[in-house]
Amino acid sequence: MDLSLIIMQLLSGIALGAVLVITALGLTIVFGMLGVVNFAHGALFMIGAYAGLYVASLTGSFWWGLLLAPILIGVFGMLIEFVLIRRLYGRSIDDPLLLTFGLSYILVEGVRIVFGSDGIPFPTPPQLVGVLDLGIGFFPRYRLFVIALVAVVLLVLWLTLEKTRIGLIVRAGARDPVIMQVLGVDIGRVWLAIFGLGVGLAALGGVLAGPMRSVNPEMGSLVLAEAFVVTVIGGLGSIVGAVVAGLMVGVSISLVALFAPEMATIVMFALMAVVLLIRPQGLFGVRGRTA
Amino acid sequence: MPKSRSTPKLTRRTALAGLSASAAMLAMPRLGRAADETIRIGFPTPLTGPFAAEARDQVKCAELAVKLVNDKGGIGGRKVELLVRDDKLNAGEAATRTLELIEKDKVHAVVGALSSAVQLAVNEVTRARGVIYVSISQSDTINEAKDFSKYTFHEALNPHMTTSAVARQTLKKGMKVAHLVADYAYGHEMLRGFKRAQAAIGADNVGEILHPFGAADYSTFMPRLMSMRPDVLCISNFGRDQANAIKQAVDFGVKQQMKIVVPVILHNQRLAVGPDVFEGVVGGANYYWGLETQNKTAADFNAAFKAANGGAIPTDYGAYGYSGVGSLLAAMQTAGGTETDKVVDALEKLQYDLTKGPQHFRKCDHQSVQSVLVLESKKKSAMATDNDLFAIVANDSGSDEMLRSCSELGHAT
Repeated sequence: MDLSLIIMQLLSGIALGAVLVITALGLTIVFGMLGVVNFAHGALFMIGAYAGLYVASLTGSFWWGLLLAPILIGVFGMLIEFVLIRRLYGRSIDDPLLLTFGLSYILVEGVRIVFGSDGIPFPTPPQLVGVLDLGIGFFPRYRLFVIALVAVVLLVLWLTLEKTRIGLIVRAGARDPVIMQVLGVDIGRVWLAIFGLGVGLAALGGVLAGPMRSVNPEMGSLVLAEAFVVTVIGGLGSIVGAVVAGLMVGVSISLVALFAPEMATIVMFALMAVVLLIRPQGLFGVRGRTA
Repeated sequence: MPKSRSTPKLTRRTALAGLSASAAMLAMPRLGRAADETIRIGFPTPLTGPFAAEARDQVKCAELAVKLVNDKGGIGGRKVELLVRDDKLNAGEAATRTLELIEKDKVHAVVGALSSAVQLAVNEVTRARGVIYVSISQSDTINEAKDFSKYTFHEALNPHMTTSAVARQTLKKGMKVAHLVADYAYGHEMLRGFKRAQAAIGADNVGEILHPFGAADYSTFMPRLMSMRPDVLCISNFGRDQANAIKQAVDFGVKQQMKIVVPVILHNQRLAVGPDVFEGVVGGANYYWGLETQNKTAADFNAAFKAANGGAIPTDYGAYGYSGVGSLLAAMQTAGGTETDKVVDALEKLQYDLTKGPQHFRKCDHQSVQSVLVLESKKKSAMATDNDLFAIVANDSGSDEMLRSCSELGHAT
């Protein structure tokens, strides 16, 4: 087996992993900070792709779609938190889970009604059409862009959480919301922002995936399963875990595709099973955490 | 119907039922009389799930076939009714719905199903109960002797027909061919068909990659496919898998190096990813509306569909719904009713031309012998209208030679 092929395969894996990271990140942040298992995450990913497509077709530019869709859907996410999920804090973890599960059906059905159940074309932005010659092979420009953009988003997210006052409040809120309230922080606003951020990241994932896949109302269901696998491998609630696990899953799928292509989907679940056997809390998870 | 009955008591419910029945009789005197003898056709199809777009077209066209017969006074004065059921692309669901259609709704025949597994399930139920089933799924496992019965008919094309027609147009002696194949019955059947055709032509197989059914990402298969350096890449999968696989292959620059070929090129998937992605892709089809310029039947079918659907055009899978129901109704017309053995006999002798030229069912396996189209997706600048998707590369008229022989399928000859 030729080395350049393996390198190309690794690169495909990283590009695949980048989308997994961005979607799993939203899921894990919301769980880690709010204790909400968001089953509507996949549907919001799908809504993000439609919103991106809609904004792009209104403005004639993919870039507006990429910028505005995550913000719009993030605000929509805040609305969901404020109207629906907020009422369920402090209750069993199943309650928000069931709520978001139901919500996902409503969202998918809503999109079917508005946009129809057929797939819709989502053109690659003209600047990123085509392949780049890397010397060892050709790689789609758009996928390289996705890797770069995800890296930037991760960096910004990390800096915000670790280096700013807002990040400090968020981290502290996740650890002990009661003390935060005693200290005079309106924890409700923090939760609102966190949920919005998680949903915005799902929407960003959707817009990024749009030009790579066909956009249709069911596109989120598979993504939800993948995002859950990644979060479980990385450890529920762990941001570093989501990043490491997302890339790990992407690269594993890619390398397995090289040797046993029909196993490409199963490898992700096999990886999850192995991790759960050896480290039930996930690679970077905290043992015994129940939110 | 029970023959003897005690004197009926007039309850509010029966009175209401009677009232509405007589109202209906006043409104449609001719049809009302025959209400009990309505001919009912069951139609299971995956209205939800990834093949929903194709399924909806099937229903519209099947309804059209029924409407045209009813407009002409039905069959022997009996009205025809289509009972559509959602099989959810699930074999268990399909079996349950089919059983209900037979036991509860007392259908006279079943037409439908899209996926290979669902088709097998429906066939299992209809065969056991001696009910005629006309399949419109492009997999032909039910034509093989082990699943076949005299009640089983296959209206759709089969993998062998489409792959050999496509291969004839795209492969040449000495060409290198690689395959990307969905890892389930449909993909395996198409791969088998292509390999047989390429062996006959003398093209070389340079590799096969099986991908999981319903995968969203195909990027991980692309570097290896490119490294095989084929002249032609055959992508054998269905529905959204086709759209995603072609889209991502194009992203990786596959089209600069090789030609993309598919066994069945799907109207709705071409719409779902746009002209630039599909440009130059060649594939087989049972029907394409553009046939109307060279075929009178197609022109009539298009016109009837347009009239019934606000100017829309019928698609490939839609045409299956039309010809599947249409051929059955034509046979019932000949048989003068719904008596199963007579209808089977009439179907076996039927020569029909509903959408694209003459068709008939081969005696041994009840496969519909029909023409196969080979289409090439047009580039955007060459499209005259939004519906002008494909150029017709070939229109092979139907013959027994296109099919695997009866003995190969295990039938006594």
